[in-house]
Parts: sequence; C-alpha cells; structure tokens
Amino acid sequence: MKLKTFKIGGVHPPENKLSANVPIAPTGVPKQVSIPLSQHLGAPSDPVVEKGTAVKVGTLIARKGKAFISANIHSSVSGTVVKIDDVPDSSGYRKPAVIIKVEGDVWEDSIDRSPDLVKEIKSDRDAILQKIEDMGIVGLGGATFPSHIKYMVDDKRKADTLVINGVECEPYLTCDHRLMLERTEEIMVGIQIMMKAAKVDRAMIGIESNKPDAIQKMQECAKAYKGVEVVPLKVQYPQGAEKQLIKALLNREIPGGKLPLDVGVVINNVGTAFAIYEAIQKNKPMVERVVTITGKNLKKTGNFLTRIGSPATMLLEALGETLPEKTTKIINGGPMMGKAVNSLDIPITKGTCGFVLVDESEALRAEPDFCIRCAKCVGVCPIGLEPYRLEQLSNRQNYELCEAESITDCIECGSCSYTCPSCRPLLDYIRFGKANVMRIQRERRQK
Amino acid sequence: MNTVMLYSVLTLGIVAAGSAIILFVVAKKFRVDEDPRIDEVTALLPGANCGGCGNPGCRGLAEALVKAADKGDISGLKCPPGGNDTMAAIAKLLGLEAGEMVPMIAVVRCGGSLEKAPKKVDYNGPNKCAVSVALFNGESGCPYGCVGLSDCVAACVFNAIYIDPVTHLPVVDEAKCTACGACVKACPRSIIELRPKGKKDRRVWINCVNKEIGAVALKNCKVACIGCGKCVKACPEKVQAITMEKNLAYIDTNKCISCGLCIPVCPTGAIKATFEPPAPKPKPQPEKEQKSEPNTENAAQ
Repeated sequence: MKLKTFKIGGVHPPENKLSANVPIAPTGVPKQVSIPLSQHLGAPSDPVVEKGTAVKVGTLIARKGKAFISANIHSSVSGTVVKIDDVPDSSGYRKPAVIIKVEGDVWEDSIDRSPDLVKEIKSDRDAILQKIEDMGIVGLGGATFPSHIKYMVDDKRKADTLVINGVECEPYLTCDHRLMLERTEEIMVGIQIMMKAAKVDRAMIGIESNKPDAIQKMQECAKAYKGVEVVPLKVQYPQGAEKQLIKALLNREIPGGKLPLDVGVVINNVGTAFAIYEAIQKNKPMVERVVTITGKNLKKTGNFLTRIGSPATMLLEALGETLPEKTTKIINGGPMMGKAVNSLDIPITKGTCGFVLVDESEALRAEPDFCIRCAKCVGVCPIGLEPYRLEQLSNRQNYELCEAESITDCIECGSCSYTCPSCRPLLDYIRFGKANVMRIQRERRQK
Repeated sequence: MNTVMLYSVLTLGIVAAGSAIILFVVAKKFRVDEDPRIDEVTALLPGANCGGCGNPGCRGLAEALVKAADKGDISGLKCPPGGNDTMAAIAKLLGLEAGEMVPMIAVVRCGGSLEKAPKKVDYNGPNKCAVSVALFNGESGCPYGCVGLSDCVAACVFNAIYIDPVTHLPVVDEAKCTACGACVKACPRSIIELRPKGKKDRRVWINCVNKEIGAVALKNCKVACIGCGKCVKACPEKVQAITMEKNLAYIDTNKCISCGLCIPVCPTGAIKATFEPPAPKPKPQPEKEQKSEPNTENAAQ
C-alpha cells in the first residue's frame, strides 16, 4: 500500500532514533527549580507568588497575562519561593523566572495521583475549555501555542476533523514515540476529550512508518474508540509541521497567513493529548513533560519524565553519565530545528523536547561557498518558497521584497540549509529576515 | 523606385516634424523649473552619499538646504562629514548663516577584548552581528558586549572602522571618521555612540554598556561597569556629569569637562579617555585639586 505524505519538497535525514527502545523513567525531584515566566508563545505570565511563599506541586505561580495569547504556569515542586530573578534561558539571555527551593514532594490535594485510567468524561465542553486554560496546557510539539485558543470554535469557524500529531519527524527525538507506546489508553481518552472540545466526531492520528510498534499499538487501541483513525505515513521531514501533516492526511492546503481552523482542522501533538487527559481526568496542571536526552557519544540514552524548571543537567545525572569530552555542540530540540545552547545549566520548559549532544565530526558547519544556483533549496522547501533568494534579500535587508516573497510563510524547518551543497546558512538569514518583517508588520498594524 | 524613396522620406519627415512639434509643446507646457542652486550646493557637498544628515544622499540634502533657504533659515541642517567648513561655504552661497556644529566622532563603548572577556563558547554561524545577536548572547557570555562580526565595518563608507585582530573589537580611525552615524545604526547592540570630539581631542567615556548587576557582569568580563558609583562621587561637585542608571554609569558630554578624575577611581578600569589620566590623588586634598585640575591639565598639553 502506498503510504500518504505531503507533496511538495521535504528531505529525509538519517533518523538516529537511538533512544526509541528506552522506556520513560522519572528523573526525580531536583534541589531547586527555576520556572521561566515565558515558556509559551505569546505574552509572559504575571507572577502571583513572591519571595517566601510556600508552594505545593500544582500551585498556580503565574497567571496568564492580559494579552490574548498567554498561559498559566504552575509550580512543579513543593517548597518555598526563593526569589523572582532573571536566569539565562536556552539562548543565554536572561529572562525572569520563579526560583523555588524544594522541600519534600507535597502535591495539591485536588490532584489525582493514582495510576488508574479514568475513561468516563464527566465534564461538559465549557468545563473542559476552562480547565485547559486553567491548567496552563500548551502545545507540546515545540511551538508551545496555548491550547485553549485552538479550541475556540464557533458557528463561523467550524472544525470537522481533529488531527493528532504523532509524526515526530525530527531525527534523534523519541519522547512522543515512547509516550504513544506507554500511555496509549490515556492518549485515546485525551483525544476523546479534545474531540468533544473541538465539536468534531472524527480524529486522525498521523504516525510515520518508522515507528511500526507505535502504529500497531495505537491502531489496536483505537478500535475501542469511535471515530479515531490511525494513519501510517511515509517517512519524510518536515511531516510534523502542521501544514504538512494536514496536507498529508486530508489533502487540504492552508493558505499563507491562515490557521488550520480556517480549513476546518484542529491539530495538536500526542504529548498535548496526554497532558489534556491528565488535566481533565486527573486535575493535574502541566508540571511535567517527557524529555529525550541522546547523542552518539553517550553510553546510554534516555527518555525522562521531568519536572518543568529542573536544570537540564539533571537528565545527565539521571542517566548516570557525565558530559562526554568529545561533545562540541549541545542542541536544545532536534538537530533540524533545534538551537545550540551555551550550557546544560538551563531550565527545562514546556517546549523542551530533548537535548542532542553532538561531537566534532557532525557539529561544525562547513565553510559556506558561493551559491551555485542549483535550486536544490527550492526543490526541498515544503512551502514552495525560494530560500536562496530570501537569503540574499534578507542579507541586504530588503524587507519589502522579503515580504512580497512571503518570507513570513517560512516554517523554519531547515530543509534548505540541510540540502545546500554549498553549505550556505540559508535558514539563519531567513529567520533573521522573517523576524524583521514580522516586526515591521506589527508596527504597521499598531499605527 | 523613386516614388518608394520619396514616400518613405516624406512619411518619416512628417512623423519627425509632428513629433518635434509635440515635444516642443510638451516641453514648454510641462516644464519643471529646478533651482540652479541645488546643483551648486550639491557640488559643494562631499558627495559620499552616506546618509549621515538624514536625507537620501547629498542631492537630497542640497534640495532640503535650498528649500530651507527660501524660508530663511538653514541652521537646522548639517552635513556631518563636511563639517563646519562645508556648511560655511554653502551658507555663503545661499547668503545665510550656517548653524554651528560640534564636531563628533564615533566611540566604541566596549572593552570586552579576547583577553578581558574570554570566549566561553564558539559561534559557528553566519558572519553577521545582527544574525548572531538574534540567536544567542555571544561568545563571551556578555549579552550587551561586542560580538566582533563587523557589521559596523560593512556599514562604513569611509573605511574609518576596522576590527582589531588582537582584541577582536572595532577601532575607529579618528582621521577618517566623519560621524555620519552609519555604524551606530548598524550595531545591533547599540555599542557605538556619536560623541563630541572634545576640546583638543580630549574625551572621556564609560567603555561599557552592560546593565546587569555587578557580580553577573564581572563573571563574563573583567572590564565591565559594575555600577559601584565611585565615578559619580569622583566627578567634581560643580560638574556632576556622571549619572547612574540600571547599574551602568553614563558620562553626559554636555557637562563633562574632561578632567579625567573618574578614570583612576574605577575599580574595573571601565572608563576610557583619549589622554593620559591624572595619577590617583591621596585623599586629604580633594577639593582644591579638583577645581584646579582641568586648567592645569589643559595648560600642560
């Protein structure tokens, strides 16, 4: 049978899913956490605690900001707030965070910590939406878009399908893969809740065919649930991007500047489905997430259930390893879209999918050469842009033409940089130009 | 054969004559009178088209000057590279008074050389400050310091700025800098500032723009301003040129008398001057010394 995929562009980097067979293990509780106030897309949250406040696991520490796009943040440990101070985030710039000293591990009484599966959905739609908002659920695929906004469907903007993203097309990362294997039932109940929230009766789960065990388990489990379909997909990067996944599953194209809801689709990650299950059925806010730590020089690799805000060094400690000497680059996220970090002393946030340790042979970029006009970048761009041209325009700071060439439609997948035979840093310049064009557009809107 | 020739010559002749008449009428009717002074003023300007005056090129400034001259006041317009001499010549041509301009120079306010702010990580991306700054905080870890990827060098049309190969910091060539401000705009971290050249080229500035608290700033750079406030106290009472804001001192060029008293008191050596600073004075005799200091220093030079 021919597997579905998206039609334009795409690449297939070596998968290197080293940690695919390692079960999810908890890292334990750190001594101190620093929970950044801005770990979602949109406005930072406003802290509601101050120095000396005692908190439990699940206590609200920052309320969503006044802006439309923002999310609540909860304490992931129990203890006392030491201070609200600036700590370096993954880019090295210092951003405000709540620093909590851990004392014991006391959870809020309202949270159901039993491992039993709760199948029956008692809450009605309004209660579900309110809870998703209150529990600070954001999309766990990487963009950390606050989830409650996605489910704001009404008569004018109706959805007919819920798409669940289990693709995990980034090389190395395996956190979604493990989640699908180990929390299958929970994800299915989560999907039922999401279908109720989005007012749809059809859900499609897209999983790439390099995870046959996950496909099989999800398919078996889906039989018991009405309207849920698991679709195996051909392995191709960037299939996990929402536009590409919707194209692959439903053959619908989202026009530039529009959202999935404009073509009648609500889309979320499997991790989010699990988080929504826990929020609604177990009353548990987003205080933990699964993070992969992997690399060819590590003796062991792992998938860990980690408290939000714990330092990334904890992952290495949990593995029982130290940083390999050969490590030249540490990537926060997958190797295609992730960003290199200065050190592992950064807090894990809601958007951290994993860390990849890369040695010298793979870390360093080759010296960029001249563009030879081979148009390979045009061929692999899944959006159909012309990366070589956008790079030039962005370098010359010609933002008007950048905008005319739809630079804001770039999903920053990095396929162009990956494929370029001259090793040109195409994506770096496009990201730079895109940020500037978006700033100009924002300023224009404010006028 | 002859008729063919005759007709073609005739047709072309009529077309030519017709076009000539149309062109003549159009040229008369839609004639745009350009002030001849614009060309004259353009000839007087340096012709570098640097944009330092805020107009699109030298002709843009010339047009603005002539327009302002019709209103009777050109004192608001300046040509930074041309300086006072150019403006005086233009003013003479236009028959007006030119505004007096303080000669300025670009000053790089960062001392984070390779030695003082050692590299913690290696950057492995495109050679462009603006791109690098958007990605991370810099190789030394200072989120305010120079990243040394030479956006300012690329922006300078006068070749007046270069990156020192030893320190990896930009250096301004005083003889060539015209204070057009292109590097100021190009620097993504706003390190470069235009400051008055000062009397006899004496100027003092805080060689740091780091707003972090002292301990954090010092971790990344040995010559960072730590916001201790010693320079504020050292500044003579009548002058009070130094202000402290967000852990960062700033010397107000309008008030500063370039005495250099703040330089020896700085614990990290973050204050820089174009002249030899006075030796640190013993405590008992501060007031008299402070008052007489600027005069004696000036006289010595």
